Amino acid sequence: MEKLYTRDTQAIFWNNNKTAIQRMLDYDYTIKRDTPSVAAIVAPTSGNKFEKFFWGPDEIMVPLFKSTADAKKEHPNADVLLNFASFRTAYDVTMEAVELGGFSSIMVTAEGIPERLARKMNNAARKAGVTVIGPATVGAIAPGAFKIANIGGTIENIVNSKLHRAGSCGLVTRSGGLFNELSNIIAINADGIAEGVAIGGDRFVGSVFIDNMLRMEKNPDVKYMVLLGEVGGTEEYKVIDAIKDGRITKPVIAWCIGTIAKHFSSGVQFGHAGASANADAETAAAKNKAMAEAGIHVPESFNDLPATINKVYEELRANGTISEIPEPDMNVVPKVRRPKQFICTISDDRGDEATYAGFPISSVATPDTGKGIGDVISLLWFKKQYPEWATQFIETVIKTVADHGPAVSGAHNAKVTARAGKSVVEALVTGLLTIGPRFGGAIDGAAEHFKYADDNNLTPAEFLAHMKKAGIPIPGIGHRIKSLKNPDLRVEGLKKFAKEYFPATPLLDYALTVEQLTTSKKENLILNVDGTIGILMVDMWRALGYTENEIDEFISSGTLNSFFIVGRSIGFIGHILDEKRLAMPMYRHPMDDILYDVQVAEKI
Amino acid sequence: MAQKAIREYDGKALFSKQWENYFSGFHYGFKSVLVTSGAELLAKAEEHGFEWLKQEPLVAKPDMLFGKRGKNDLVLFKDKKPGDVSLEVAAKWIDEKTSHTTTLLSGQHGTLTHFIVEPFTPHSQEQEYYISATCVGEDDVLYMSAEGGMEVEEGWDEKVNEVVIPIDMTDIEMEHAVKANVPADIPAADKEKFTSFAIAFFKFYRDMNFAYLEINPIVMLDNNEMAILDLVARLDDTAGFLMKDVWGDIEYPTAFGMEDQSPEEKAIAEADSKSGASLKLTILNPMGRVWTMVAGGGASVVYADTIADFAEANGGSIADLANYGEYSGGPTTGETKFYADTIIDLMTRHKDPHGRDKIMIIGGAIANFTDVAKTFTGIIQSFEENAEKIKEHNTKIYVRRGGPNYEKGLKDIKEAADRLGLYIEVYGPETHVTDIVRMALEK
Repeated sequence: MEKLYTRDTQAIFWNNNKTAIQRMLDYDYTIKRDTPSVAAIVAPTSGNKFEKFFWGPDEIMVPLFKSTADAKKEHPNADVLLNFASFRTAYDVTMEAVELGGFSSIMVTAEGIPERLARKMNNAARKAGVTVIGPATVGAIAPGAFKIANIGGTIENIVNSKLHRAGSCGLVTRSGGLFNELSNIIAINADGIAEGVAIGGDRFVGSVFIDNMLRMEKNPDVKYMVLLGEVGGTEEYKVIDAIKDGRITKPVIAWCIGTIAKHFSSGVQFGHAGASANADAETAAAKNKAMAEAGIHVPESFNDLPATINKVYEELRANGTISEIPEPDMNVVPKVRRPKQFICTISDDRGDEATYAGFPISSVATPDTGKGIGDVISLLWFKKQYPEWATQFIETVIKTVADHGPAVSGAHNAKVTARAGKSVVEALVTGLLTIGPRFGGAIDGAAEHFKYADDNNLTPAEFLAHMKKAGIPIPGIGHRIKSLKNPDLRVEGLKKFAKEYFPATPLLDYALTVEQLTTSKKENLILNVDGTIGILMVDMWRALGYTENEIDEFISSGTLNSFFIVGRSIGFIGHILDEKRLAMPMYRHPMDDILYDVQVAEKI
Repeated sequence: MAQKAIREYDGKALFSKQWENYFSGFHYGFKSVLVTSGAELLAKAEEHGFEWLKQEPLVAKPDMLFGKRGKNDLVLFKDKKPGDVSLEVAAKWIDEKTSHTTTLLSGQHGTLTHFIVEPFTPHSQEQEYYISATCVGEDDVLYMSAEGGMEVEEGWDEKVNEVVIPIDMTDIEMEHAVKANVPADIPAADKEKFTSFAIAFFKFYRDMNFAYLEINPIVMLDNNEMAILDLVARLDDTAGFLMKDVWGDIEYPTAFGMEDQSPEEKAIAEADSKSGASLKLTILNPMGRVWTMVAGGGASVVYADTIADFAEANGGSIADLANYGEYSGGPTTGETKFYADTIIDLMTRHKDPHGRDKIMIIGGAIANFTDVAKTFTGIIQSFEENAEKIKEHNTKIYVRRGGPNYEKGLKDIKEAADRLGLYIEVYGPETHVTDIVRMALEK
């Protein structure tokens, strides 16, 4: 890896840190990235599926996942994990990601991870070839390509500090707070940075100066490096060794802060946890001296650092190593943005012609398009183009459930309301309002319970026992008059269609074994039409490649009921129009059909 | 700071609590008490379970994190001859030691307050061993020597065997490595015992999240009786949330001779512990001339560095630097005002001994996400309340800051200072972060 990040790098952001993510997306928009740098967010406790962010003046949705594994599965190309978990969980989050694989770098922001855990984490990542930035860091940036969270600060500062495009300097610091300052110094006194990493302030960090500088040595954009170290530790000596043995050949400018420590014998902790000199060699003064002796450009003091940077930069310009960097075009993030109140992901009426999931209405409406109502449902309900067998199944279902005579509760309600002189829509909704757990609900229920039994490998007998224990009659089983000998022809039709056209029908096959058991107890306990529809819908979705989780969501969100609602509306409207045509009078229920049992109310 | 020293007594208590989990097969009596006065020791001797204090000869020594107590003549083990110290003699000795200040050979100076009292353990030099463990670089290292006692540090390389134990080493590999490196000069009779103790010692050090653990000497007596004569320990306090139940309510005492924190430092530490932001304050010299209010940990270091450089280059000294500290991580307006009030209060208590003006450095690098205008609002409020005091000390205020909303912050603070008649110079990111120190001190 010669570059830490490119313009195509995408990250999974662990923790829904909205401000930091928005800063990343603002940066992306400013530098005209094609894709957002955050592909997915892991938010284990959130019930939401996405979070909205601004993308320039517009808004985009970034998906939320419950776990890193789920996010990685959906976004395999996102190879950077930004671990913003707290010091209590940061270790587990990193270890899980290392085990999952597929991450080239993991940035850990938490400060104060137990040292032993930090060492284990860094070791595991190193062995897996994963670059860890941090812990206790503000992150890293590849200007013009990818920026982590808050590093670089506001967009104004980013542009002022020339962090919007690659310069010539490779920057490594321990302090995150001074990282911005150094970027600014380098922008003022040279031409900005090509790659920058704040390695983190804890005692044990994953990648140290040398790891990052050896990579920068290979990065052709980096022409020289600036290292800002700190009192404590011996990491700077590894850089000295690399210069001595020729692994680093590019010019290096360096300074260790914390020279103040020499004035105070003990007891005052200047700077980070990692910043405490345990030996003379670890003092800032000793390290600055050793680095100067190794040929590193070391200023007289921190205050003189800008002049040293400018001097080295001008030398490299003079000898032709560094040439003028063209300033790229940038987008400007609007100052005032308003979040959208509503989101629509299924249709769009803004263009020439309104579309259903991207398809102009005319491309699906007329017979010559070959598209039917099943295709329209697949576009508007599922945002997918279902194959013909599936759209035809949907249509079969709608046709099958369109009506079941005037006596069922919904039709009856619709008729009574129509006779009260109400309009078609008023009468229709009174009918629709009866649809629920008792009327039409068997479709949902059958799908849910049979799928549960199948998912958990229950034998038919176990399934029956399970339902009996729960005190629920099995939805989708039983008919008033039909039996195996006198089968429901609607059911036979659906089964025949499925057997012929579905790639496979595992749940139906399972349901039929259940039916064998129930009918052996009582012959009208057959798989009825509601049950068949619910079960075959599950088989359809399975065959279309939906995950079990997605199918469970269809069931719990009432998608199956929706087919019944659409289909039965046809019948209800028929009954309502029938009433209107017949001009039937107001309905009053006959009193002799009501059992009156009214007691005088007691005083309490 | 992640590594914190604990008292010898607390270290031994932790050994005792975990003994059966790690050192079953060995015995450890844990006859130790921690007292702060002779009277407390005498009272302790009346408690059930501490009868030994009256029955056995005793050893008493300060338990205040510093080592080399023998060389400092601070170990009481003889009245007339070794091993004859009675309870009364120990109590009197403790009272005598607490009645005056003590200066150690290292120069550390202070009053002794905590003592550990234990039975005198008769043993021979041959029974003394040395063992310790710590982290060096990325690896744990176990040190073992057949020679315990004060002299182990002299001739360390010849006397001490090191076992480097990488973080990913398995227990089997670790045990193998320890066995292979047990000092050759441990008597054959004790070798196996010492090896199994050393392995258990390392596991104990590791699992208890010690950063450093040393027993010198550990004495192996008959019947597998172990005597921990002297112990030094530091814990990795970042593991505190994992170890809460095991460590218990362990104390992290201040180093001997370090002055206790001032009320102002304590107040800032308390505000820090309650806030999501970071507020830190160390007073280096209450009479100092240059007071800093710096945002950010790294920036606070470079300001301190630069003040030291320029003070010395301009006829002053390090004593001019009055304080060290930081406020960062997005403190609220109220928190910032409290911090500024504290600094201004401390700064205006004493006139400069050389009659010079006071300097207040309100510095900071370019913030990543802290709203500069918001935090400066707190400083401005503090200026408004303390303007007269600031003027009395002819204070010159130098401000340098960048980051979110910095233009407004700088404009607001300049206007407020001008309105209040305070001397102020204000700079943004175009000025080098520490250059205000040069401007202030070269005048």
